[in-house]
Amino acid sequence: MIGSKPAELSPSGQAITWSDSDKSVAVGAYALRLGDDALVLAHRMAEWIASAPELEEDVALANIGLDLLGQARMLLTYAGEVDGTGRSEDDLAYFRDEREFVNCQLVELPNGDFAVTMARMLVFAAYQYELYDRLCSSSDETLAAVAAKAVKEVAYHRDHATRWVLRLGDGTAESQQRMQAALDVVWPYVSELFEGNELVHGLVGGGIAVDPAELRDPTTDYLTTVIEQATLTVPDTSVWHTGGRRGIHTEALGYLLAEMQHLARTHPGAPW
Amino acid sequence: MSAVTVEAVRAIVAAVPDPELPVLTIDDLGVLREVRVDDDGHVEVDITPTYSGCPAMDAIRADVERRLGDVGMADVVVRLVLAPAWSTDEISESGRRKLLHFGIAPPTGRAAVGGPVALTLAVRCPQCGSSDTRELSRFGSTACKALWACNACQEPFDAVKVL
Repeated sequence: MIGSKPAELSPSGQAITWSDSDKSVAVGAYALRLGDDALVLAHRMAEWIASAPELEEDVALANIGLDLLGQARMLLTYAGEVDGTGRSEDDLAYFRDEREFVNCQLVELPNGDFAVTMARMLVFAAYQYELYDRLCSSSDETLAAVAAKAVKEVAYHRDHATRWVLRLGDGTAESQQRMQAALDVVWPYVSELFEGNELVHGLVGGGIAVDPAELRDPTTDYLTTVIEQATLTVPDTSVWHTGGRRGIHTEALGYLLAEMQHLARTHPGAPW
Repeated sequence: MSAVTVEAVRAIVAAVPDPELPVLTIDDLGVLREVRVDDDGHVEVDITPTYSGCPAMDAIRADVERRLGDVGMADVVVRLVLAPAWSTDEISESGRRKLLHFGIAPPTGRAAVGGPVALTLAVRCPQCGSSDTRELSRFGSTACKALWACNACQEPFDAVKVL
């Protein structure tokens, strides 16, 4: 099962008294956390273009990447506005360094083979679906509006990954073995999705953010159902990787950012 | 210059075609939301994206500004609004007819309210009208379309996904 790493952090819903400016900074940081997840995974999806197993899959992964990129743009734009720094979406995407990114480590993992990409998409879309579904009722109007749009797109992503995991898991001996191996690769990164911190918990208390811990059960239930239906086994993991929300990343993120940020940094200010 | 009315501005803006489905206007699609004109002739136009990553929004914004600029309205602000989230239910009846005529199956069924993926009813082939069709790929040439094929006439076709 997905390990329940004890929150080293304050319990959910703890009331924190913030000034308006502190609250704005916190909302910005929360939007950045959501936006960085979407941005980094959008880039991973784009890496598949022209390399997917079939043409239709190229199109599917490109479309899913585009949805995620759209979500990232709205979230990063909002983060830069609300936190008072006036940073644009491009400033945030292209001119922050690795340690300033607060995405979870799951989304930065290399694509691996197609099965790893689908295992990651299944986990992430299942998590994101539960998250956005609840964020639709956020008291922050912008976050609620972004979530209401995104949840409908993510439902398609989750469905796409589900179909592939079923097809590969309950397929040939080779495809089943590789789909299982893929789940084993991504599983140690699952628990991080459900970690909060003081900032998130403060916003949960104000009805703005969703408590990540609340997403653990519904996400796990969905994943377990699909994995079992695919005749696969939920990996037995004892080591859980974490740190992304504090800027601690795997080796893979630096390479990803080098590629993603190269053009913008070579030609600062160049518009389309 | 005579006073600018909301109706006049809306009529101009409503005729802007969608860059990816030029057979439809942004009004047919439901991408055009509200038009406001204040006493000083300052115009505000609200548009909403179909999908979060819809790459057509910048082009639509530019087209709206250009069309209004052509008739001498320069004091124009185009705002991107997100709420309420766009749905294929907002595509007008005339929009659905135009899609079909263009060879694209319009969305069948309504977006599920609060549910997961909306139910898609049988998709009719826009070429021969047969309902004996199959989905080839849930993701198509643009974010809003899926790729289908007809078992009767063997033609592939695009279908707008229920969202």
